[in-house]
Amino acid sequence: MSVAVAVLRKVVGMAVTLLVTSFLVFSSLYLAPGDPVSFLVKGRSPSPAELAAIRKEFGFDQPFPVRYWHWLDAVLHGDFGRSYLFHESVGAVIWARLPASLLLVGVATLLIAVVGIGAGALSALRRGTRTDKGVLLLVTVGAAVPSFAAAVLLRSVFGVRLGWFPTIGNGTGLLDELHHVAMPAVALSVTFMALVTRVTRASMLDELGREHVEVALSRGVPRGSVLRRHVFRNALGPIVTVSGLLVSGMLVSTAIVETAFGMSGIGSLLVQCVDELDFQVVQALVLLVVAVFVVVNTLVDLVHPLIDPRIAAGGGAR
Amino acid sequence: MTLLSVEGLTVELPGSARPVLDAVDLSVAAGEVVGLVGESGSGKSVTARSALGLLPAKARVTGRVLVEGKDLVGADAAHLREVRTGVASMVFQDPRAGINPVRRIGDFLTEPLRLTKGWSKRQAEARALELLAAVGLPDPPRHLRQYPHQLSGGMLQRVMIAGALAGEPRLLLCDEPTTALDVSTQAEILALLGGLQRERGLGLLLITHDIELAAASCDRVYVMYAGRIVEEASAGELFGSPRHPYTRGLLGSTPPLTGPLERLRPVPGAPMSLAESAPGCAFAARCDFAEPGRCDQSPPRLLPVPGAADRSAACVRVAELPPVVATEVRS
Repeated sequence: MSVAVAVLRKVVGMAVTLLVTSFLVFSSLYLAPGDPVSFLVKGRSPSPAELAAIRKEFGFDQPFPVRYWHWLDAVLHGDFGRSYLFHESVGAVIWARLPASLLLVGVATLLIAVVGIGAGALSALRRGTRTDKGVLLLVTVGAAVPSFAAAVLLRSVFGVRLGWFPTIGNGTGLLDELHHVAMPAVALSVTFMALVTRVTRASMLDELGREHVEVALSRGVPRGSVLRRHVFRNALGPIVTVSGLLVSGMLVSTAIVETAFGMSGIGSLLVQCVDELDFQVVQALVLLVVAVFVVVNTLVDLVHPLIDPRIAAGGGAR
Repeated sequence: MTLLSVEGLTVELPGSARPVLDAVDLSVAAGEVVGLVGESGSGKSVTARSALGLLPAKARVTGRVLVEGKDLVGADAAHLREVRTGVASMVFQDPRAGINPVRRIGDFLTEPLRLTKGWSKRQAEARALELLAAVGLPDPPRHLRQYPHQLSGGMLQRVMIAGALAGEPRLLLCDEPTTALDVSTQAEILALLGGLQRERGLGLLLITHDIELAAASCDRVYVMYAGRIVEEASAGELFGSPRHPYTRGLLGSTPPLTGPLERLRPVPGAPMSLAESAPGCAFAARCDFAEPGRCDQSPPRLLPVPGAADRSAACVRVAELPPVVATEVRS
């Protein structure tokens, strides 16, 4: 099977997944408690005729499949509807808050990659030593700390007591934004970092025990090169797989971290819009998270044959 | 000159009841093919790895391992690298496990040349092509770009041999080089190794559990049991008249090429594990000729066999044992 066909199959699979998701997202929100109309008429008590007019205006009077079809048709044309809450198009609402969240997730990803992979590799190479035990202890603690708890702890220690970092807001200008995003990024990454450290350690240990490592050493290849070119290189597969899963997990966790640090981003937007029953925005955000998840995992699948040539593209492994 | 001379090598691992190697003496001269025979866990592989300084990091090592006269026990990294890249190299048992599956054959062959000798990519690839041709692979330029999973086991073992030859070694250590292969491929690989050995005048240490194979392809054979050398003889003598009871047992348990299989006589009992030890001869518990009071007192030393030049056995009763005739071995 040629690479092009394999890629095409992945893309089609991706599209089907997104379609199914869009249906689930659309329908689940209508199963959720609360009626958007009651939000729109908040505080007033309209007559049944006025209510019917509002329903008609927003299309709530139409049967479910029709509403879904209209919504899907609009979404496919890039129109996610209007936010009840902000009186703006959903696209504009999300677009304004996306950069802050991307910065947060980006910094957290960098932290996870550098610290997580670094600590995992170090711990594998120093197996059984104090360093290894220290790393394992931190990993256990880190994996057990939820991001909201980490957020509270970080704010009280580094924000309030030491005063090193601002405790609230997004900041303006790149440096100030980075300063603001430092603690949220740590809070966001702790759990995922622990996971990546553990996976890296296990994968490296697995590879360290392989015979080809001994063969390379027996041929005089310097130890550093063996570790880089054979051990770490071969250990990449599980690390990349887990990292792919983490990216979308982090996107979801921004809801907690951004709220805890009073940041404006898509995570805090999601929380706000769920609270206020702003369905159009929630639908778009959930769809966005799922799309990122699907795209990232498709990319991971496509990258895997480059990491391990035994996996032919498209999963037709020999 | 003696290429490899192992002298009184003892290797102890923490937590094991007996040494992995116990005062092993062994030598390989240039141009000589030496066999090292024994069951799994007898210490064959550890002995061969010692010639590359590949003993386990936690092991306590005494004795000497001289490669071209220089001791590898306690040698520094620079000396080890010199030996590994230009004097001795090893052909491992299973090429599927021994060659990194995610790198190309070309990488496997050129890596030591480029990283330890500083060759350019072009130089190293030219050398790799020569090596692949030397081990009889049909299409060297294509193999260079292939991944290990695209080659058969036999072809991959040829790649492994080519890799071992990359640094122009004078000593080739072959650790069960055919065990992981199909029977039909085994003979080809052995023929290839034999040809390369003669062509290049290599000293070759062939590790195998197959005593007949050793007898057929080696000049001299050592037999190991539980970390000790129990018999040393020229291949012909060993096969014709084994002196140590263990060697007799090994020959008796080899399936005959003709005749019914029920006449096989397995060596009774099981090989001694690292968790067991014996005050006397390690083989005494399985030996037909063991004599209480003599065999279980202290480990027998490897001594010249009375009346037989150039052969030794580690058995206190070696002079008293009834002679073996070929029919008895096979009866």
